[in-house]
Amino acid sequence: MADTDVLVAPNILEYPYTRTVGPVLGRFMTGLRDGRIEGIRASDGRVLVPPAEYDPVTSESLDQFVEVGQAGVVTTWAWVTEPRPPHPLERPFAWALIRLDGADTALLHVVDAGDESKMATRMRVRVRWRDHRVGEIQDIACFVPEEGQ
Amino acid sequence: MSDTDTVEPVRSIRAPARLEYRFTAGAAQSRFLRHLVEGKILAQRCPQCGKVYVSPRGACAADGVATREEVEVADRGTVTTFCVVNVKFAQQVLTIPYVSATILLDGADIGLMHLIQEVEADQVHMGMRVEAVWSPPEERGPTLESIRYFRPTGEPDAAYESYREYV
Repeated sequence: MADTDVLVAPNILEYPYTRTVGPVLGRFMTGLRDGRIEGIRASDGRVLVPPAEYDPVTSESLDQFVEVGQAGVVTTWAWVTEPRPPHPLERPFAWALIRLDGADTALLHVVDAGDESKMATRMRVRVRWRDHRVGEIQDIACFVPEEGQ
Repeated sequence: MSDTDTVEPVRSIRAPARLEYRFTAGAAQSRFLRHLVEGKILAQRCPQCGKVYVSPRGACAADGVATREEVEVADRGTVTTFCVVNVKFAQQVLTIPYVSATILLDGADIGLMHLIQEVEADQVHMGMRVEAVWSPPEERGPTLESIRYFRPTGEPDAAYESYREYV
């Protein structure tokens, strides 16, 4: 290397945070660990998934948990053609909003569809659980298109 | 299929933030870093205010002009301010307590941050004279780690007036 070359080095900043989740998200995470997806009922009767700690209309604390289905409908999506290292899958996938059966709001997660042509708004998808679950959103490895589609 | 049905509810999640940068040192700092391999500390002098900057950045922040004149500064200097680290943190390399200090090298007009060792943490003070302890030549690289740390020289303390402009 010539003496005039400019030096370059990797500079990695990492903050190893642990975040406390509180009683509502804590119960949601506990459910994921146990293979269950739980939402919470709002004052207007809607089931919010993921659960909110406070009512979106009245701001009251919420505590009425409701288990919802493990399959649902894609309400919108974006295809990732070149996944980056922090992404959950190494192959192309979709970020998607998924409204699970029994829920009135959509959950942001990943659809492993193989190819962009397999993705469609209103398609049905089903949870694929991770083998070893610890109580975090990645306990859902991804969603996959329901069979027969 | 959970092996944890009977254990406690989830109270926390891991949420690390990781930022991967590629740091480009620039021409002036690259020359500074390469001189460390030879055991030399390279600085640059501003043609307008005459201040000597280490590590050099290629320009004077006060005057906004290029600093092309290179000068070597001493590998000893005066502690202008310091911090005794008593708090443990992830990936900590040194045993606490240890001291991180700003050292005004002889011939420089700006402090350099480095470690002070070979002295008890509670003995480090403003005005203390210190010198670089270099890594063996074969272990040096273009990094400030080529200086392992600074240690007291045993000289009398520098007078406050000699570094008051740099505190």
